[in-house]
Amino acid sequence: MQYVVIGAGPAGVTAAETIRKQDPSGEVILIGDEPEPAYSRMAIPYYLADKIPEQGTYLRHDPKHLDSLGVRQLKQRVTRVDSAARQLQLAGGGALGFDRLLLATGSDPVKPPIDGLDQPGVHHCWTLEDARNIVKYAQPGSHVVLMGAGFIGCIIMEALAERGVDLTVVEMGDRMVPRMMDQESGNLIKQWCIDKGVTVHTSTRVTGVKANASGAARITLSCDPVGTLEADLVVVAAGVKPAVDYLRDSGIELAQGVVVNEYMESSVPGIYAAGDTCEGIDWGSDGQHAVHAIQPVAAETGRIAALNMCGEVTPYPGSMAMNVLDTLGLVSVSYGQWMGVPGGDEVHRLDSDEYRYIKLQFNGDRLIGAITLGRTEHVGVLRGLIQSRTRLGKWKQHLMEDPTRIMEAYLGATQLTQG
Amino acid sequence: MQRSLYISPDKCTGCLQCEMACSFEHEGNFNPAKSRIKVFTFHTEGRFVPYTCTQCDEAWCKSACPTEAITLDAATGAKMVNDGLCVGCKVCTIACPFGTINYNTTTGKVMKCDLCGGDPACAKACPTQAITYIDAEGTGYDKMRTWASRTDTQTAAQA
Repeated sequence: MQYVVIGAGPAGVTAAETIRKQDPSGEVILIGDEPEPAYSRMAIPYYLADKIPEQGTYLRHDPKHLDSLGVRQLKQRVTRVDSAARQLQLAGGGALGFDRLLLATGSDPVKPPIDGLDQPGVHHCWTLEDARNIVKYAQPGSHVVLMGAGFIGCIIMEALAERGVDLTVVEMGDRMVPRMMDQESGNLIKQWCIDKGVTVHTSTRVTGVKANASGAARITLSCDPVGTLEADLVVVAAGVKPAVDYLRDSGIELAQGVVVNEYMESSVPGIYAAGDTCEGIDWGSDGQHAVHAIQPVAAETGRIAALNMCGEVTPYPGSMAMNVLDTLGLVSVSYGQWMGVPGGDEVHRLDSDEYRYIKLQFNGDRLIGAITLGRTEHVGVLRGLIQSRTRLGKWKQHLMEDPTRIMEAYLGATQLTQG
Repeated sequence: MQRSLYISPDKCTGCLQCEMACSFEHEGNFNPAKSRIKVFTFHTEGRFVPYTCTQCDEAWCKSACPTEAITLDAATGAKMVNDGLCVGCKVCTIACPFGTINYNTTTGKVMKCDLCGGDPACAKACPTQAITYIDAEGTGYDKMRTWASRTDTQTAAQA
C-alpha cells in the first residue's frame, strides 16, 4: 500500500505518524514544498519576538524522527492531482502514484485586491521565510503598518511590538478580530492596544500602496478614511484560505476547501483531506460544513483521516471553532456559536476598567458558545461543557445570574451527583 | 503498576493544604494561585471539590501542542510540559476539555499537574485522604474517565 500525504504541517505530520503506527509495512511519503523541516506556523510569532530560535518552531525536535519511522520525505510542490490515474504531478517534472492520498496542504494567505502589494517591503506573515524577512526590517523605531487585525494580525502584533517598532494597525472591520470576538470584546482589545502604544484604525481600508520616492520611509499607503501612512515595512495579514488551487481540475469536490465526509474522505474514494485544507462537518450545526483553520483541528483531523486511510473506520463528529489569542498580554478565547442561536439565551458580564469580559450562549440548558477576555484559568472546561452537551440544569440559572461561575457550574453539573 | 491521583470530594474539608503543597513543590513558594490542583467550594451545598488533571489517555493538550512541548512520562503516565519548548501559545488550554492545563502569566508558559515525578505533594499533604495516589486499576475513580469519554470528540478509537 502506498500512502501519500501532501503537506508537512501539523495535519500532515500527525497523519504520517498515525499511518505508520497503523500499517508498519506500508510505504509512507510526506511531501512538503518548503525547504525547512516540518514546522508549526503557530510558533512563528514567538520566533519573531526572539523568544525562540527557528528550531523552536519545529513540529518534532528529533531531526531523524520521520526517517526513523520510515516516512520518505519529498521537498516538492504538487501541481496537479489526477484522481482517475491515481497520480500526482510534481513541479520538478516527475509523477508519483498513490493508493491512498491525504490532502493536507493547509492555507494560503489572502492577498487583497490592492495595487502595490508586490513591492519590496510588503510581506505576508505566513511562512518561516516571511518571518525572516519581517525580522530583517522590523527594527527598533522602524514604522510598520499591519494590514488586518484578524487572528493572525493580532497574534503577530505582540511580536512586532516587542521588536520595538512603531506600529500602526489598519483593519476593515469595525473592531479587532471581528470573526472571533463580538463588539464589546473586539473594542476592548482595540482600547487595550491603543493603551499599549499601538495606533489602531478600524473601519479603515487601505486603497493603495506605493514606493515612497521622497521621504525617509520606504512605502506610502493610502487609506480611506485615514489618509496617508508611511511605513518601512508593511505586513499583510488579511486572512487565509484553503490551499486548493492545484485541485481545480482533479474532479474532487471543492467548496471553500475540500469537502469531506465524517471519515475525512473527499468525493473521490481513497482521497482524504485534513487540517485547513478540508471543509468538514461543523460540530453542532446540524450537518453544515465549515473550514476551521486551527491547530487542534489540524492535529485531530490528521489523525482521524490517517486511521480511515488505513481501514480503521473512525468517524469524526466534526470540528468546532475555537481560538485563543494573546494581544499584547490580553488573553481572549472564543468557542463555538459565540454569536448565539435564535431562541437561545445569552448572558455577559463586562468590566471594561479591568479588561475582563465573559459571554455565554445557551440553547435550552446547554452551553453552545462562549467568549472570554482576561481569563486564563480553566478556560478549557468551556469546550468540555459545549462538546459533551452537558445539561446544566439549575446551574444554567446560576450562570445567567453570574457567568463567571463557570468552573462551579462545570463541577456542579459533572462531578457532584446532587448538582 | 501505574498509579493515579484518586480524589474523594466527600472527604475534603477545604483546608487547601494540597494547593499550598503543590505551589511549594513547583514554584518554591506558598502561592495557591500557582497551584496545579484547585479546591472549589460549593457554599450552598457545603462541599469542596479538589480538581486537577487526570492524565487522560486522549491527551488533548499533547496532541494540540504545535511544538512538541508536551510529552508522556512513561514511568508515571503524566503528560509533562517542557518549559524549554513551550512557546506559550495556549492552544492546549483551549483544547483540554477539563480546563486542567493553564497559562501562567508570570512565566509565559503553560502549567499542569506532573504527578511530581511519581510522589505527588498534594496527596502527601492531604490530612483526610481526600487525595490519594493509588493503583490506576480497580478504583472507583473512573468518574472522570467516564466524563472524558462523553467529551471525546476524537472518538474511542485510539491510534
